[in-house]
Amino acid sequence: MLTYPYQERKLNLNPALIDEARTLAKEIVAEVKPFIISHSTVSVERAVLRLLGIDGVNSEGIPLPNLVVEHLQEEGLLAEGSARTLTRAFIHYGKSPQSLAEGIEQGTIRLTELPDFPEEVIENTARALALPAVAKIRAQRQARRAMLAQGEGIEPYLYVIVATGDIYEDVVQARAAARQGADIIAVIRSTGQSLLDYVPYGPTTEGFGGTYATQANFRIMRAALDEVGKELGRYIRLTNYASGLCMPEIAAMGALERLDVMLNDSMYGIIFRDINMQRTFVDQYFSRMINGFAGIIINTGEDNYLTTADAMEAAHTVLASNFINAEFAFLSGVPEEQQGLGHAMEINPDVPDAFLYEMAQAQLVREVFPRSPIKYMPPTKHMTGNIFRGHIQDALFNVASVLTGQSIHLLGMLTEAIHTPLIQDRALSLEAARLVFGVLRHMGEEITFKAEGRIQKRAVETLEKAVGMLRDIEKIGLFMALERGMFADISRSLEGGRGLDGVFAKGADYLNPFIRLLGAETEGREAFESSAMGGERDV
Amino acid sequence: MSEVNLKAVRPYGDTLDDGIVQLSFTLPIPFGEEAKEAAKRWALQSGFQEPNISHAQDMGEGFSFFVVYARSRVTVDFTVIEVPQLTQVRLEKRQIELRIREEVRRKLVVVGACIESDAHTVGIDAIMNMKGYNGHKGLESYHEVEAYNLGAQVSCEDLLAKAVSVSADAILISQVVTQKDIHLRNLTRMVEILELEGLRERFLLICGGPRLSYELAKELGYDAGFGTGTYAEDVAGFVLEAVLRQRI
Repeated sequence: MLTYPYQERKLNLNPALIDEARTLAKEIVAEVKPFIISHSTVSVERAVLRLLGIDGVNSEGIPLPNLVVEHLQEEGLLAEGSARTLTRAFIHYGKSPQSLAEGIEQGTIRLTELPDFPEEVIENTARALALPAVAKIRAQRQARRAMLAQGEGIEPYLYVIVATGDIYEDVVQARAAARQGADIIAVIRSTGQSLLDYVPYGPTTEGFGGTYATQANFRIMRAALDEVGKELGRYIRLTNYASGLCMPEIAAMGALERLDVMLNDSMYGIIFRDINMQRTFVDQYFSRMINGFAGIIINTGEDNYLTTADAMEAAHTVLASNFINAEFAFLSGVPEEQQGLGHAMEINPDVPDAFLYEMAQAQLVREVFPRSPIKYMPPTKHMTGNIFRGHIQDALFNVASVLTGQSIHLLGMLTEAIHTPLIQDRALSLEAARLVFGVLRHMGEEITFKAEGRIQKRAVETLEKAVGMLRDIEKIGLFMALERGMFADISRSLEGGRGLDGVFAKGADYLNPFIRLLGAETEGREAFESSAMGGERDV
Repeated sequence: MSEVNLKAVRPYGDTLDDGIVQLSFTLPIPFGEEAKEAAKRWALQSGFQEPNISHAQDMGEGFSFFVVYARSRVTVDFTVIEVPQLTQVRLEKRQIELRIREEVRRKLVVVGACIESDAHTVGIDAIMNMKGYNGHKGLESYHEVEAYNLGAQVSCEDLLAKAVSVSADAILISQVVTQKDIHLRNLTRMVEILELEGLRERFLLICGGPRLSYELAKELGYDAGFGTGTYAEDVAGFVLEAVLRQRI
């Protein structure tokens, strides 16, 4: 079992270079920060409304948070923040945010002719309206902590996906997976959800390549995993995806329903889903703030860079991006212990010594981020449909993972490239991983790498190239780096991609009570820490 | 070994006509001796003989998994099988570039995308992106090809509009997600839209993906389809030949 922080130093890395990389990443992120904190988006505002208690859909199936934000936009009120107008309406009408939203939908409530109130009254009221969600999220975090204390798996955590499209079928598959030894269940989303500018509502039974992320689906799966976990004496973590155009909303839903891990990358949507970069940077900031406060481990998507770029040539881009993703996480108040930075085993197995280079990369990420629950992705690009060969490739991946002390191990499936996993695919893969992890449990402690050997040289070279890349990015800025296609060989423009029309500059009197309550070093977080220590304090 | 009777072919293990197959499957019944018996009967009723349950395993939640070896007496007539397939020889990038320059005497224009719901660009990127896949450079790297990769989740309408605006020779469509046959629906939609607009004959229409084949593509109304193991050269070579053919 891994103890944190990871102590081994097998690669002879230059600590000064790692420090330089961190400093560069910090500067790169600092340059984007003024833009981030001076802007908001329609999805940030919808997340605020959800946290204020607004949920449900109208008769046409349009979510109320969307309707309210559209209404505010039409009336020119959005720049002040949805919370400000909702708070004023609350004071004026004396109705809950949910009733107000319903009234807005029915046209019985107008937000344009609200009287004004003293700033202090508005801020205090907004804060009071925000507190129930904060308290609920805090309670969920405490509940997780208590359940984890009852028992959990050991690292590398075995992470498997379910993706039937039907949440009730997912439950069957997930419960079976837990019994087969899975520690983390990820419910893959329906293909295309990342580009929806709203979150579907209610339990869903139809999806393609996955199941829609809805709050009801989160709740159904959470209850199922809690039940089977209790029986097994092992807390089963639940993963979903706070990515795409609704990042902050999904983070809010996940925090309320006690998800444990969220895919939540600062750049993935820009690169792989062609979502506008301005939109993404603002959205990731608030969504990560929520995840940070909720104690949710965020996973980053660098593992996917190598599905488009070559793993031998582009390994350093993964590391460089890991540094940047980590700094964006710090900016939102996500501590290292919740930064599940992603990387992958994707070198073409026909390359001689491919396994040595994979080991070098995995060990490199482990040593550079000794406190982070790093997430390791299995071979996918070079899986062929030959399940027998694929099972061996996955076994090699399992070996690399346990030898290099990975934290979250996304399990390879022998049927990758054929179909989303069948019940027996998962069982066979779990069995293989448990076998490998078992027989090699302490092997990592027994081996060192030859000085100046192939593994050390490869790791040192990758680190040097990553630092070089960060120096280049620092010179031109992150926006320009993305335009030049420096990540995953994909180029994106500042004004291009989806969702730019949902970005707006915050007005001078912008109000979002959750930024103070959930952000780094905030009253909400302090209150959590103090209550975690035993003293319950009312926030 | 005795001669294979191509008019009556059956699976081979280590003796001609032994008919040995390996199967693995799950039944939605609790693990136990009854489950094994059920697996055996299922195999028998499926037409297999002498089923041997070599492995049985509890999947949890009332499911049981089996690995079964059995014999089959079913035969197929190999002599009557005809599968339409691409007969072209794989050219190298250099040859393709040269032939475009000398025989087409203008650049070939290709637009590509993952259409509709599909968000998985691995396939289209392998064929189109500069770097290509497995050492085979993509169409963007071809001097004589003007390549536009529109990426993921592009609507059929947008893809067609782009093809019209750049006067494309060929439209490439990648479909990776196949759950509930979504790829067939997406691919069919593209054909329908082209036909509706009266533009089907104007473009070479080519699809690709791990579950696609030349045969299936033809059936769907495409000019060609490419499966796993396809490189940019295969696609570029096909477009080149087809464009030259159209000129005759």
